[in-house]
Amino acid sequence: MIPEPPSPAHGYPGRLLVFEGLDGSGKSTQARLLGKWLQSRDYRVFFTEWNSSDLTSEVIRRGKKKGLLTPTTFSLLHATDFADRFERHILPPLRAGYVVICDRYAYTAFVRDAARGCDPKWVRNIYSFAPKPDRVFYFQVPVQVTLERKLASRLKISYYEAGMDLGLSDDVVESYQKFQGRLRKQYDLLAGVDGFTIIDANRQIEPVQNQIRREVRPLLERFPTAESLTHGE
Amino acid sequence: MVSRTYGTPLPGMPKGRLSGKLIVIEGADGSGRTTEVGLLREWLEVQGHPVVDTGLRRSTLVSEEIDRAKQGNTLGATTMALFYAVDFADQLENKIIPALAAGSTVLADRYIYTLMARAVARGASREWAQELYEFALVPDLVIFLDARMDILLHRSIMKYGSLDYWESGMDLCLSPDRFDSYFLYQGRLKKEFDWMAQPYGFQTLDANRTPAPVHTDVKRIVAPLYGKNGGRLGRRRVPREPPEPTDPAPSAAAG
Repeated sequence: MIPEPPSPAHGYPGRLLVFEGLDGSGKSTQARLLGKWLQSRDYRVFFTEWNSSDLTSEVIRRGKKKGLLTPTTFSLLHATDFADRFERHILPPLRAGYVVICDRYAYTAFVRDAARGCDPKWVRNIYSFAPKPDRVFYFQVPVQVTLERKLASRLKISYYEAGMDLGLSDDVVESYQKFQGRLRKQYDLLAGVDGFTIIDANRQIEPVQNQIRREVRPLLERFPTAESLTHGE
Repeated sequence: MVSRTYGTPLPGMPKGRLSGKLIVIEGADGSGRTTEVGLLREWLEVQGHPVVDTGLRRSTLVSEEIDRAKQGNTLGATTMALFYAVDFADQLENKIIPALAAGSTVLADRYIYTLMARAVARGASREWAQELYEFALVPDLVIFLDARMDILLHRSIMKYGSLDYWESGMDLCLSPDRFDSYFLYQGRLKKEFDWMAQPYGFQTLDANRTPAPVHTDVKRIVAPLYGKNGGRLGRRRVPREPPEPTDPAPSAAAG
């Protein structure tokens, strides 16, 4: 068996692919389609989402419902949740040589916490345990488009998604536009700093998926398939 | 106290003065911390100072979940460290700061120092832990109760009937033997406390003694926080200097 070359980004044998962008930018759909493709090519794929650990999801739900959260506890709770997800679901498969697809990563926290007024340097330090991904796909899309997608699918805009806790406006839609506008600005800022691959997400699903597959292919050169690992060469 | 933090303050943090006082008592398990907090509280209240107690794992937001997580013992070190940080931040914002603003003395049975020591003992870097907790208020006073490890060991055994799983750091897998693990883990914590003593301005007291003499020392250190007379005890301790003949208010020269 030829061992896979360790990733130049983080030094682990696996590959870490991150999907970031506003709610409604289409990143989850794209992440799933990419996962399907990789699996069909017999790569070992592991998929994880933001806010998915059992541990803190209950606290976050309760805290949100009762309005108990401040920007700081909001930030730290999400960091706890991410750390749990990282220690349990991201690091082990990464070390075992999986392709780990993350629907949101630490950048989501950088963006949201900055929009809520936390010190960006403080937030970055907290997440310094999270390694640099091989690739961050940033789904760039106008706020208005995400709003239209949301309204068209009749999904309710949640309190925190609209940033209602910040008191930007009493009107949910107006608050949503303002808050998501702030997030968008933060994302655009990070794109340069952290070297995101910007994806124009204001397009049909298929051409976007084709672009992502093209981008991912070179990252998997000499990357072993599941068959070769479980049964030797 | 002056509203001062170790680093960038939290968003929404009050600026300027908080009229209360923040006193922290730190020390290992078995150092007599909780006993001294109780005695100090009593003493302060007798003098008419309102006191609010605080400690670790007491926030309304997450304390239950932390307890549950500890029982299952399934959390990684970083996750646990951050979970404790949520608990601390929640108490700071919703309990400590409002109490200080209202003029109470907040008596903290452990503070960020224990949390930092535990995180570092579990592999975090000092820099990471320091920056994580840089939003904490700088206390008016940090008393560190310093006791020898062999004494801590006996007090621990007497208290629990055995050595506590967490206080022995069994989650760290330093040794399968709990007795050995206890010494290794407490040694790591002690190393961190020793390192913090100077930069964080600990007032270290010899806690190998019985509670009464330690309490006497605690009162001696705490008294000056409450004005130059330092409450009833302090009044007796003010040196009787002869008043200067030209000073119209001789009492102002004392202390």
